[in-house]
Amino acid sequence: MNVFDVMWTNRSQVLQLTIEHIFLVAVSMAIALAIGLPLGILMTRMPRISRPVLGFANVVQTIPSLALFGFLIPIPFIGGIGARTAIVALVLYSLLPIIRNTFTGISGVDPAIREAGRGMGMTDSQLLWQVELPLAMGVIFAGIRTATVVAVGVATIAAAVGAGGLGMFIFRGVSMVDGRMILAGAIPSAVLALAADLGLGAVEKRLGRI
Amino acid sequence: MNSTIAFRNVRYAVGGGRMLIHDVSFELQRDETVVILGRSGSGKTTTLKLINRLLDPTSGEVFVEGKSTGEWDPIRLRRHIGYVIQDAGLFPHFTVERNIALVPSLESWPEERIRSRVHEMLELVGLPPGVFAKRFPRQLSGGERQRVGVARALAADPPILLLDEPFGALDPITRSEIQKEFRDLQKRLKKTIVFVTHDVREAFLLGTRIGLMKNGQLLALLPADDFRKLDHPEARAFVESYS
Ligand SMILES: Nc1ncnc2c1ncn2[C@@H]1O[C@H](COP(=O)(O)OP(=O)(O)OP(=O)(O)O)[C@@H](O)[C@H]1O
Ligand SMILES: [Mg+2]
Repeated sequence: MNVFDVMWTNRSQVLQLTIEHIFLVAVSMAIALAIGLPLGILMTRMPRISRPVLGFANVVQTIPSLALFGFLIPIPFIGGIGARTAIVALVLYSLLPIIRNTFTGISGVDPAIREAGRGMGMTDSQLLWQVELPLAMGVIFAGIRTATVVAVGVATIAAAVGAGGLGMFIFRGVSMVDGRMILAGAIPSAVLALAADLGLGAVEKRLGRI
Repeated sequence: MNSTIAFRNVRYAVGGGRMLIHDVSFELQRDETVVILGRSGSGKTTTLKLINRLLDPTSGEVFVEGKSTGEWDPIRLRRHIGYVIQDAGLFPHFTVERNIALVPSLESWPEERIRSRVHEMLELVGLPPGVFAKRFPRQLSGGERQRVGVARALAADPPILLLDEPFGALDPITRSEIQKEFRDLQKRLKKTIVFVTHDVREAFLLGTRIGLMKNGQLLALLPADDFRKLDHPEARAFVESYS
């Protein structure tokens, strides 16, 4: 039996774990966006908080992913065994690229254009929604894309804390010393990452054109 | 105080204490067009920004319609004043149409009225709407962009206009055409205008009074004929560059 035979025999489980995997990534990304976008915007309004926030996000990113999952298990409310822990870890991982790109994208808007908007009598929120965000959208989307691709990869570790996903095959394969089983998890995960990259890349390109 | 715009001992300094504007005082009456001449770096743009409160004076006061700019709501003040930015300052992600419609849409004009106003403005600055309305600023020449900048400033029909070298990028022929059109417009529209340029010919053509700036100071503010006779080396230099 080759890898694909293994995947075919376990096809219903492959499908189920893929769905779990997508679910973990989708929920994490939604939360990371809900936190990261406003935080990135806020940082452009209050430059003093930008250093500590970026510093924190940077530090989180340097923690090895397996260790981060491990750290979270004993923490009450957010930790424990299951999807919740995995989602918290994935959110923490995805925050940096989202925050950083939102901040740099908006800060990178030509000051002359911002001043033109102010000179025409735009309020700060009109300036944000009509000028800064549209012009920063390409950069912000690049961050979302990076975060998603990283999250698809890191989500394979979620299986270690009992959160399911394609990591199940990988961990099972490792314990059984079965390369085909590892690949049965790794291949769909790689396909997911590639699909996310290409899909979001296409959107980014369209946004960048304005 | 009846003047539309007044500066009273205005100074403006940047961080580090460098004075960009030194003790400038003047008054502008309603419907007057003042042209400010001055070399590059003399403080002309800074002066305009003090009027619409993009900058606040370090000391002294700027009055618009009798009220100190510090007391104006900056948003209301700026929508009351049309501003043509040096180098146009158009939004690159807006079409020409949307750029011109900016202030009317901020003021929530009805859609239909905005559209007809935008077309009217495009005709006014000599850009056929059929050709230009849907284009983006990057698809325009420098001179066309400047004209869109003028149309944008006029769109909401503000009683005060600040124009910062609005025709600088035009060829001499178009420039003199648009200057003449602008002069007709001035007569019809009745606006208080501060017009910045370093072109003396333009100053004499459009200004009811001419001001001269140097190193952040307003050296003179005189009717055109008196300005011509002014015995100051900087004024002489400008007048002579014209004849
Ligand atoms: N934010 C700033 N910080 C420091 N210096 C500044 C700042 N803005 C302008 N300046 C300086 O102030 C002086 C006046 O600038 P301003 O833009 O008013 O000149 P201008 O008369 O409009 O010149 P130009 O004809 O070239 O447009 C210049 O020497 C410029 O370098
Ligand atoms: Mg200038």
